[in-house]
Amino acid sequence: MAYWIASSPHNHIQGSTPALMRLVIYATIPGILAQWYFFGWGNLIHIGLALTTALVAEFTVLSLREKKVAEQLFDGSAMLTAVLIGISLPALAPWWISVLGALFAIVIVKQLYGGIGHNPFNPAMAAYVMLLISFPVQMTSWQPPLALMSIPLDFSNTLSVIFTQFTFDGYSLEQLRTHVDGYTMATPLDTVKTNITLGLTISESMNNPVIGEYVGEGWQWLNAAFLLGGLFLITQKAISYVTPLSFLASLFICSLIAFLVSPDSNASTLFHWFNGATMLGAFFILTDPVSGATSVKGRIVVAALAGFLVFIIRKFGGYPDAVAFSVLLCNMAAPLIDQYTRPRTYGHS
Amino acid sequence: MNIPNEYKELAWQGLWKNNPGLVQLLGLCPLLAVTSTVVNALGLGLATMFVLICSNATVSAIQHWVPKEIRIPIFVLIIAAFVTCVQLLMNAFTYGLYESLGIFLPLIVTNCAIIGRAEAYASKNPVKQASFDGLMMGLGFLLVLVVLGAIREVLGQGTLFDGAQLLLGDWAANLRIEVMQLDNQFLLAILPPGAFIAMGFLIAAKNKIDDKIAQHQPKEQESQIERVRVNFDS
Repeated sequence: MAYWIASSPHNHIQGSTPALMRLVIYATIPGILAQWYFFGWGNLIHIGLALTTALVAEFTVLSLREKKVAEQLFDGSAMLTAVLIGISLPALAPWWISVLGALFAIVIVKQLYGGIGHNPFNPAMAAYVMLLISFPVQMTSWQPPLALMSIPLDFSNTLSVIFTQFTFDGYSLEQLRTHVDGYTMATPLDTVKTNITLGLTISESMNNPVIGEYVGEGWQWLNAAFLLGGLFLITQKAISYVTPLSFLASLFICSLIAFLVSPDSNASTLFHWFNGATMLGAFFILTDPVSGATSVKGRIVVAALAGFLVFIIRKFGGYPDAVAFSVLLCNMAAPLIDQYTRPRTYGHS
Repeated sequence: MNIPNEYKELAWQGLWKNNPGLVQLLGLCPLLAVTSTVVNALGLGLATMFVLICSNATVSAIQHWVPKEIRIPIFVLIIAAFVTCVQLLMNAFTYGLYESLGIFLPLIVTNCAIIGRAEAYASKNPVKQASFDGLMMGLGFLLVLVVLGAIREVLGQGTLFDGAQLLLGDWAANLRIEVMQLDNQFLLAILPPGAFIAMGFLIAAKNKIDDKIAQHQPKEQESQIERVRVNFDS
């Protein structure tokens, strides 16, 4: 009997890219369901649009680059990017927003840099930032939760708003966003930010109907659902717990210090954790294996930096949410952080 | 008409093969910052071209009297003098454009395309060739600026030659072309990141064309020398 000698490492990880990507896509399902339940069909339509565009774009570029089309087209990475773009867009944004975003993410941010494994930036977040700075009006017109809307919005009306800007009864997006009392509803983060500039305290802002019972009508459950999906990914060992833990801890410490110093002008930690894109960023975006840091120590530093940046931009920046900007800044810093957190090789000091 | 080969080569180098914008990648700061519209690009390109011709001619004319050790400061002084002339002229005759170019007009002094040509070509060649080199390099730079400006203006605002009256006088207001009706400005194309992306595509296109040309050129036959081994000893 021949004794087969294998070189180390002996313990192989059986997972492949498509399997990992599929798992991550499955893990977004609770979040998408929550989004559908609280905000209606908008994001699902955008996910569909982004998926179609991303696959067409990926197919075109892959065949231009003479790569193995069938293998790389369905490796799931383009689909995951499209799903993340669809999730993060305002639900009633016009259709060309998600089409442009998916095109930019796949063609420029991913393929022009060399395709999967070579992109220095997270494609979904780069596309989001591109859209946000290019089309500020469309990208900040967030739809309020269905429960607060005075005009009911079903599937066909949502489709109509996305493609023609108006519902069948002729209501515009601005009218849809108007509360029964006649003011435009914003996201909880935006509301708190605006109220502070108006001289209101945090506890006064918390009475606003968009905040709801706890920290954000609809938004809190959305974040809880993404947290659930993220925990599922950790139990499946698809992502390491290090990144989200470090990110959330960093955001916790920053917001806690601010809250303790001045509770009237700083929202609570729970508010920061369960609003905006915090949980989506922590579990689904910062954990991107390509554009993040590689070593464990590096990941801790990158995620902590991201948490710090999210807090700083939310508090002092011009935009109400900051996950996309922080992720891009951390993507830039990741190679440098990798350089300084290189693990020690055994036998060398 | 018989154009000497030297001038043909200078033109080819300046306009395509060694284009300051696309190949040398010099003077990127104004290239990326002011090309948000065709008119801005044209204004800055013309100013740069004028400075480049004049500085090349002057540097070449005084090359024998400039001590090697302090040539760079002298070049900078010459360039700065011409830039000041251009700036005062534009302030007097095209005030609107002068306003919209802002800091980038005086910053032509630091444009490395200009000092690069002064150092690399003008200080070693006669006045005639040096001025012609300045013209061709300036023209090459101007072309890149205008193409980039056109791409960004069409994508960003859907127009071409918007604000041409700032450069050419009131009659030029009619030059404005509405290429496509955009409900929303595509701000990325107007902001600096859009300039970087568009510039990348331009360079890629140039390399692609060069590849195509290289493929179509007949391959040079390697002249084979056959040696016959002759053994005289046997």
